[in-house]
Amino acid sequence: MSNTASKSGNKARTIDIVYAGLRKRKAAERRFQLYGKLAIGLGLLFLSLLFGSIVANGYTAFVQTYMQIEVYIDPDRIDPEGKREVKELSRADYGGLVKATLRDMFPEVQSRREKRQLYRLVSTGASYQIREQVLQNPDLIGQKISLWVPADDEIDMLMKGHIDRKSAEEDRRVKDNQIAWVDRLLSEGRIEKRFNTIFFTAGDSRDPELAGIWGAASGSFFTLIVTLLLSFPIGVAAAVYLEEFAPRNKFTDLIEVNINNLAAVPSIVFGLLGLAVFINFFGMPRSAPIVGGLVLTLMTLPTIIIASRAALKSVPPSIREAALGIGASPMQTVIYHVLPLAMPGMLTGTIIGMAQALGESAPLLMIGMVAFIVDIPQGAFDPSTVLPVQIYLWADSPERAFVERTSAAIMVLLGFLITMNALAVMLRKRFERRW
Amino acid sequence: MSTRQILASVGLAGALSAAVITGAHAASARDHISIVGSSTVYPFATVVVEQFGKTTSFKTPKVESTGSGGGLKLFCAGVGVQHPDITNASRRIKSSEVKMCEKNGVKGIIEVKIGYDGIAIANSKKATQFKLSRKDIFLALALKIPGPDGKLINNPHKTWKDVNPSLPNTKIEVLGPPPTSGTRDAFNELAMGGGAKKIADLKKLRGLAQGSPEIKTLMEKLGIPMSVYTAYEQKKGKAPKGKDIFKQAAYAIREDGAFIEAGENDNLIVQKLEANPNALGVFGFSFLDQNLDKVQGSIVDGVAPSFDTIADNTYPISRPLFFYVKKAHVGVIPGMAEYLAEFTSDKAWGDEGYLSERGLIPMPTAERAKFAKDAKNLTSLMMK
Repeated sequence: MSNTASKSGNKARTIDIVYAGLRKRKAAERRFQLYGKLAIGLGLLFLSLLFGSIVANGYTAFVQTYMQIEVYIDPDRIDPEGKREVKELSRADYGGLVKATLRDMFPEVQSRREKRQLYRLVSTGASYQIREQVLQNPDLIGQKISLWVPADDEIDMLMKGHIDRKSAEEDRRVKDNQIAWVDRLLSEGRIEKRFNTIFFTAGDSRDPELAGIWGAASGSFFTLIVTLLLSFPIGVAAAVYLEEFAPRNKFTDLIEVNINNLAAVPSIVFGLLGLAVFINFFGMPRSAPIVGGLVLTLMTLPTIIIASRAALKSVPPSIREAALGIGASPMQTVIYHVLPLAMPGMLTGTIIGMAQALGESAPLLMIGMVAFIVDIPQGAFDPSTVLPVQIYLWADSPERAFVERTSAAIMVLLGFLITMNALAVMLRKRFERRW
Repeated sequence: MSTRQILASVGLAGALSAAVITGAHAASARDHISIVGSSTVYPFATVVVEQFGKTTSFKTPKVESTGSGGGLKLFCAGVGVQHPDITNASRRIKSSEVKMCEKNGVKGIIEVKIGYDGIAIANSKKATQFKLSRKDIFLALALKIPGPDGKLINNPHKTWKDVNPSLPNTKIEVLGPPPTSGTRDAFNELAMGGGAKKIADLKKLRGLAQGSPEIKTLMEKLGIPMSVYTAYEQKKGKAPKGKDIFKQAAYAIREDGAFIEAGENDNLIVQKLEANPNALGVFGFSFLDQNLDKVQGSIVDGVAPSFDTIADNTYPISRPLFFYVKKAHVGVIPGMAEYLAEFTSDKAWGDEGYLSERGLIPMPTAERAKFAKDAKNLTSLMMK
């Protein structure tokens, strides 16, 4: 009381000081918030630049130039003996059919050099397409069939404007006469851009127009399944024991420190470990998703254990006490009361760990998953590659058409990552309980 | 989340695992060819592999890009399905590697030369084309070059004009492959070594036989410390040849920022050259061939890199490419002989074959016939 009385004389002065400084304080407040907004703005700017450049580079890969050709399935070329044997038919020279068709379409092309340029209009995939059709339906032999086949990657680049028509001829991979042929086909309506189904259904290829991500996506799927099946149960079991049952002593402290440490170890180290243990010691196959999954399990386990322990910690002790109080055993308490409440948090951690594993390529380098694989893997023991590795391999290819495919593959990978992270957010929003 | 939901998710996981395991075959017998090795041969091998997979009943072989040295190491690790069957190399196998192979039981190795690759030294089309000699390249990029008194000094050159007055007055800035790359090995040997040979003392040093007393006198004259000699003796257990000392002097590339290691990704080098017209880049000919609208190859010793100049061996920086086959695996892994036949067929590696379209420079007909015959008869490699 006496204190206020003694200060009451100074009251006017205090308020003056407050008023005098108020402006400055409010300005400081605004500045502080502005810094935060600037930081977010800068982040968004970089993000939009990144996404913008990827989308701008890659959206054209979702369409592909197709060409219509009328192929006469010449029995003399395909099946001279007329036996219709599958073995003979599968080995026949379908490339020759395509070439003959092109020669028929442009009879004025005579010189050897020009003919070679003419053959380059159509993808080598055309002959595989005809082969497949003939094998499915041998009755086609002797008939003329009309087909839409993918154009060569360079023609595709020309159609999409990635090759400048106006530059000097020797600087271009598509020559003047090829452009003239393409223009003629265009005016006849025999060239069309269509949705690029090959990109989503094929495995890798050295011809950009035949390359797809399905092989890599399947490889990623098998690798992640192995990772999930191993890391989730092991991670949860470890977290439950450490959090609910383990005594607190130096030994468990040591384990905790090590788990936190492992979460920060560069992923390539796990790759080296995988090479030494799984491939060299256990003799598992190189380039197989099973080994990739094992390596990524080692990498994601710390993340999952840490997230799961945090989820268990957030379950209030009163739940445990109540369960124990009405006679549940410690195991029953954990299984029926603690785990269900902690599960959303654990799943969120697991999904984030899986997303991390999906985007990882460095550890897979050591175990041979950075490889050219055409066949689509059918199981966890088949050689395969994964999406980020596919991106790396395409980025390293000389053909220009791989540039847009690289960006398109990045978009697909980003799509998967966004889906997984959105799922994690959704799970948390839907099931999370606050106390 | 209720207990039932947990049980359901566990059940789902179990079902998925069953799916994975039923999809898995026993890995004991491999039914596809496994290929490792050079990143330079990779773009060619993958084309053959794809063609092979699509036109035969065999599975498509698997190709890993591990670098020439890494590939040979894996290849020589032993015989058996867990080891690769074929390794690609952008240089010839070394006798030390043959010994390592033999030690691990890999006895019969079939050598197949597939063609040539040129190394281009290119810059952006926006700048003027460089006319270099190999000596210019050596004087611009070597760690140590002969000073006025003939002794080796740290490379003082800052601009190309310092190296040779006829060259432009721009900073020396060369983007090239890292030492793990076969392209770098070949660049060292052909461009740097080729340039160093134009310097009389270094050339003389290169020609000296093992144990020649002149080696030490020349080293003194050039100002190379004797520790280089003794270190070699200690490491290899024998006295060096003149050539061994020459390599150490000629192949060392400066580390003061004039030569920038740009990684194995040649596309990246092309992009960087486009952005920086003053820089030069070192990469394989196939990348030059695909990007002629963006970059131009420098003229080296009066010859511009092109398909024809590399094929007739007038362009000085070109090298042969190889692959090596494990004889013990032929007949064990399905499709080996057929793969060899595909690669060595005229429609693949011939003058008008599909590999030449990708930038591989074909060998002369007689040489092709020799290697095709070796591959057919599975003739083992003999090291001299």
